[in-house]
Amino acid sequence: MTSLTSTAVVVPPHSRTPVLFKPGAWLAISLVVGVFAVLPLLNLWLPVEHPWHVAQHTISLLGKFICFALAALALDLVWGYAGILSLGHGLFFALGGYAHGMYLMRAANPAPGQLPEFMVFLSMTEIPWFWTFTEYPLYSWMLVLLAPGLVAFIFGYFAFKSRITGVYFSIITQALTYAAMLLFFRNETGFGGNNGFTGFKWILGFDITSPQTRAGLYWASLLALLGALLVGRWITTSKLGRVLMAVRDGEGRLRFLGYEPAGFKLFVWTVSAMLCGLAGALYVPQVGIINPSEMSPANSIEMVVWVATGGRGTLIGPIVGAGTVNGLKTWFTSTFPEYWLYALGLLFVLVTVLLPQGIVGLVRKTLQRARGART
Amino acid sequence: MGSRVLRWICACIWVWMASAHATTSLDPELAKQLTASQISQRLGAIETMGQSGSPQAAKVLEALTLANVFVTPQGRVFLDSKPPIDVLTGEPVAQIPEAAERVRLNNRLRGALQTEVAYALLFAERPDTQIQAARQLQSRPDATRVFILQRALDASSNTEVRDAIAVSMAIASLQSDDLAMKLDAIEQLGDSGRGQFKVALQALLAQSDNGTFDQPPSVRDATALALEKIERQQTIQTWLGNLFFGLSMGSVLLLAALGLAIIFGLMGVINMAHGELLMIGAYSTYLVQSAVQAWWPAGIDFYILFAIPVAFVVTACVGMVLEKTVIRWLYGRPLETLLATWGVSLILIQAVRSIFGAQNVEVANPNWMSGGWQVMGDLVVSYNRIYIFFFALFVVAVLWLALNHTRIGLFMRAITQNRRMANCVGVPTERVDMFAFGLGAGIAGLGGVALSQLGNVGPDLGRTYIVDSFMVVVLGGVGQLAGTVIAALSLGTINKLIEPMSGAVIAKIAILVFIILFIQKRPQGIFAPKGRSAEA
Amino acid sequence: MKRRMILKQLTVATALAISGWMPQAVAADDTIKVGVLHSLSGTMAISETTLKDVALMTIDEINANGGVLGKMLEPVVVDPASDWPLFAEKARELLAKEKVAVVFGCWTSVSRKSVLPVFEELNGLLFYPVQYEGEELEMNVFYTGAAPNQQAIPAVEYLLSEDGGGAKRFVLLGTDYVYPRTTNKILRAFLNQKGITDENIEEIYTPFGHADYQTIVANIKKFSQGGKTAVVSTINGDSNVPFYKELGNAGLKATDVPVVAFSVGEEELRGVDTDPLLGHLAAWNYFESLDNPVNKEFVAKWKAYAKAQNIPNYETAVTNDPMEATYIGINMWKQAVEQAGTTDVDKVIDAMGGQTFEAPDGYTVKMDETNHHLHKPVYIGEIQPNGQFDVVWQTEGPIRAQPWSPFIEGNEGKQGM
Repeated sequence: MTSLTSTAVVVPPHSRTPVLFKPGAWLAISLVVGVFAVLPLLNLWLPVEHPWHVAQHTISLLGKFICFALAALALDLVWGYAGILSLGHGLFFALGGYAHGMYLMRAANPAPGQLPEFMVFLSMTEIPWFWTFTEYPLYSWMLVLLAPGLVAFIFGYFAFKSRITGVYFSIITQALTYAAMLLFFRNETGFGGNNGFTGFKWILGFDITSPQTRAGLYWASLLALLGALLVGRWITTSKLGRVLMAVRDGEGRLRFLGYEPAGFKLFVWTVSAMLCGLAGALYVPQVGIINPSEMSPANSIEMVVWVATGGRGTLIGPIVGAGTVNGLKTWFTSTFPEYWLYALGLLFVLVTVLLPQGIVGLVRKTLQRARGART
Repeated sequence: MGSRVLRWICACIWVWMASAHATTSLDPELAKQLTASQISQRLGAIETMGQSGSPQAAKVLEALTLANVFVTPQGRVFLDSKPPIDVLTGEPVAQIPEAAERVRLNNRLRGALQTEVAYALLFAERPDTQIQAARQLQSRPDATRVFILQRALDASSNTEVRDAIAVSMAIASLQSDDLAMKLDAIEQLGDSGRGQFKVALQALLAQSDNGTFDQPPSVRDATALALEKIERQQTIQTWLGNLFFGLSMGSVLLLAALGLAIIFGLMGVINMAHGELLMIGAYSTYLVQSAVQAWWPAGIDFYILFAIPVAFVVTACVGMVLEKTVIRWLYGRPLETLLATWGVSLILIQAVRSIFGAQNVEVANPNWMSGGWQVMGDLVVSYNRIYIFFFALFVVAVLWLALNHTRIGLFMRAITQNRRMANCVGVPTERVDMFAFGLGAGIAGLGGVALSQLGNVGPDLGRTYIVDSFMVVVLGGVGQLAGTVIAALSLGTINKLIEPMSGAVIAKIAILVFIILFIQKRPQGIFAPKGRSAEA
Repeated sequence: MKRRMILKQLTVATALAISGWMPQAVAADDTIKVGVLHSLSGTMAISETTLKDVALMTIDEINANGGVLGKMLEPVVVDPASDWPLFAEKARELLAKEKVAVVFGCWTSVSRKSVLPVFEELNGLLFYPVQYEGEELEMNVFYTGAAPNQQAIPAVEYLLSEDGGGAKRFVLLGTDYVYPRTTNKILRAFLNQKGITDENIEEIYTPFGHADYQTIVANIKKFSQGGKTAVVSTINGDSNVPFYKELGNAGLKATDVPVVAFSVGEEELRGVDTDPLLGHLAAWNYFESLDNPVNKEFVAKWKAYAKAQNIPNYETAVTNDPMEATYIGINMWKQAVEQAGTTDVDKVIDAMGGQTFEAPDGYTVKMDETNHHLHKPVYIGEIQPNGQFDVVWQTEGPIRAQPWSPFIEGNEGKQGM
């Protein structure tokens, strides 16, 4: 099937010199991070009537967006830099969410040994074995990274060893997330079935709905995003990053040069899954619910569109993309609810046809033109 | 011997009574009782009418099975057809009188009604009506009316009808005192292989409280034998049934995935809007049905034959438009095509939702596709699924002919094997692409026609089949029709074989896991494309 | 090339500009904002779009009659798109940003459960119009749909009765989520109490969107050979369609194996060929075919509204139970506000208890003083070929809801608020 891997691949210009980031870009990033970090303070310290007061629901909303941005960043690592299109990253997001959710469900009960409500309802008499230790937050947080990481590792090991690439791989990831969704929808599986986990009350002893806790979760998400950005930058600007880009641009040639791509792919794939899981874990307490529809194939595809809209292979792009698309979604579903799907669909089509480099690519080109025009 | 004479005498009396009543009209009080408030009263009315044997009563009972029936306080009975008919005289009337009350039926009444009517229908003209009537009586054995069955048996010469009536008589005779008749009945029931007689037969093996058996050993042995026969039949039926269900599900998957396989094989494009093409095919069927209903109501049973070409053409056009406007710009970028087509699918879903509403639309099965074929005993295989199975094979056959015996098919195969080379030797790839996309889309439309006969037609129709279609394509590999066919049929069969044991969800998950594992071993699917191609 | 660049830039600029600019809500002094939280896209759109339309119709009607406390009602419609986290986000938006006085919304239990914490936190008021599984009682929610004892239990009682067929074996068939699971749990306990042993009860669950019922119907056929069987279907909405089709084709008539469904109403029957369904049953607190003046007016109003608003398929518009419940809910809220003299949530909650309303179901329904549920009558109807229901049995009058079912362990002692 030559058409799949023909050399008519569009090679992004910046793949040749991944300088992340130029000093100007660092300045911009710091500014933006600073502004975002201050927002919860505007919510907590300013009275409601103050014109600069930031409403509670805005903080929750932005916190959610930051988690999505983190997930998009994780996806960009594998897609933008290693050329592995995963249509099942929602699974890792959800697994992280469920892992953290298990702790939150245990924490919502007054007595630590007590069963969560949905188990009582299903006539379970004791905590299933995979729920042990989840009353300890540290264990749960470990699980947040381990669960998606393990699943990704096993799946990736076999997939990459068998040299499954391109469209086949993407479809298989869809199958994986779909199967997992069906599994989690089953009430017998022990994860709350269709209702999932909800009704959280406490996190680490703090009331989960108080503005202070919300601000704390917001800052944690922001920190995680920043951390992921730095980790991503470290990976992609290192030698490992060069190999990954070689995988994306010409895996066959890389093999002929003596490298074994499977190991590199597996590494970045697992790291990406863990970051995604982290995003999910931070998302769940801010939204208050996790249920198997997070694993739906459609969700994972939407994540890909965040990355594509922002600009893949840039690390900043997916963050911008996640913010833009979700902002649009929030706005459209309130103002023009009947037209939201048209807008989203049109966005998909326009971005892939007209804007293959995404928003960041467009900005870059504009800046280059401006610079070129000046000289 | 004695009892036979007795029966004959009863039959004579019954006939005499029937003929004696032939000229008298229906008792108005009895007719009025049909609209009584208590269900038991209405039930009594129906049963009395049935047992009276009067032709007038029979007409009323028959009318009750057809449509709404209204009864005036004077006892006149009207059928709410177009135009309304006075049941007792048979004359059409302009309209039903205001004072008439509707006869309200519920399941219990309908069951009794069907039984009463069945006794009369045993003597109907058409054999399948008689068989249906006999079957109806099998579930409601009435020992006191066995003689009617006997009369019907004697009156008929059709073997199937006689068999059906014999079984009905057998179940009614289980309680009789005549030993020979009883044993005969037990054997007949055993041979029928129908599970519905198990309970009645098992009752014969019952013990009373003090430990003694109710029935003599000869009866018990015969019963045990009969039960064994039924069990064996049932096992065979279960396996055959599962096999058929699997093939049926496989044929549905095949129709759903075939179009996708063609497009994928040719252009390496995974068309995420494929599900929506299925949906458009289904909605085209709906529109054809509406059109036929409006302009040629008599031909409503044949709307499907019009729907097939219409759906094909409509979806083919949509596919070609899609190719020209979106896919064309994304050559060599299969992953982007995937995303773009997903966007198109969202737009199509919302468009259909805006035009037709978010609710499902009604697509009825034509008469000749409703019901089922009773293969053996309890195994009933629905007609619509049989037709869909053969339709799927037909589509595959036509496709095979098109691919292997036409010029454009030749081009398509060439492009699938090596696009660059085909281009070099002069194959007009762009035109062939557009045509192939149209063909794949058209087949998806045909799949949509089939799906409209099986389940809901709504904006989300495509979403429920898209993942399955992918799995078939991925498993079947590309370049060979056979791959898709085998993949679809196997997936359907395996799913249906697992389902009775572990439930629908686990079966589905197992299939998905199986595919994931299979792909590890054979990444290109069952039928991998042959030939030299530089794989990165 | 340059044009393409400009086109791209414009697209992006517009997108960014729009996304960054979220219109601020300004509460006008002379209107009362009312939130409508129903999915207008996604899997639940089939059921929920009509509820949004009925809500808007009722609000228009109230405004035409002078509004509430002299002010006009202003509906705020949002689309949570069948996405459960989005439900929570939209609920928060309605309460915190738009500052609505009340929200009418939700359909699935997941959506309700995901918005509950928001309503609790922000002290909002939610009216939930759909029949559900019970096992819940929240201060901030009023439930205008049926609890299991107002739907499931009377239906099964009917099936056990001679009129209903005298069933001895039951197949409890449902989609795998909380409503069927809870309902079946309650029904099993109820049937055990009535003397139907566990070996005569079979529980089957299918995933959402399951379309291939061949195996299940074959199982039901086999099961029914052991005695007169009835099927209790808690299959979700339109998944009932392939089930009925398969049932009909396999030759199982309603007189042999009657099926009573709890999620099939007039709306679901619109998209179905109802000829083979004759005789199958549904249990609701309202049917469009009910013959009383209030209902006749209600149905006429709805059909006129659908036509005037050019809602797709308005020619075949029907009314159903959740629509009636929405209508009752909005009107009762209006009454409570007028009684309390304010839209303040706590005062309205206090004023709701004891509210009565002449409902299209033919009775004057009452909001219970202690348990936030309506007293509702129960109707059992058989499907007619014209897609309507023919009532074959009904309760003497409205019955009080038992949100905490006595058939589930641990509920002893739980009553009202």
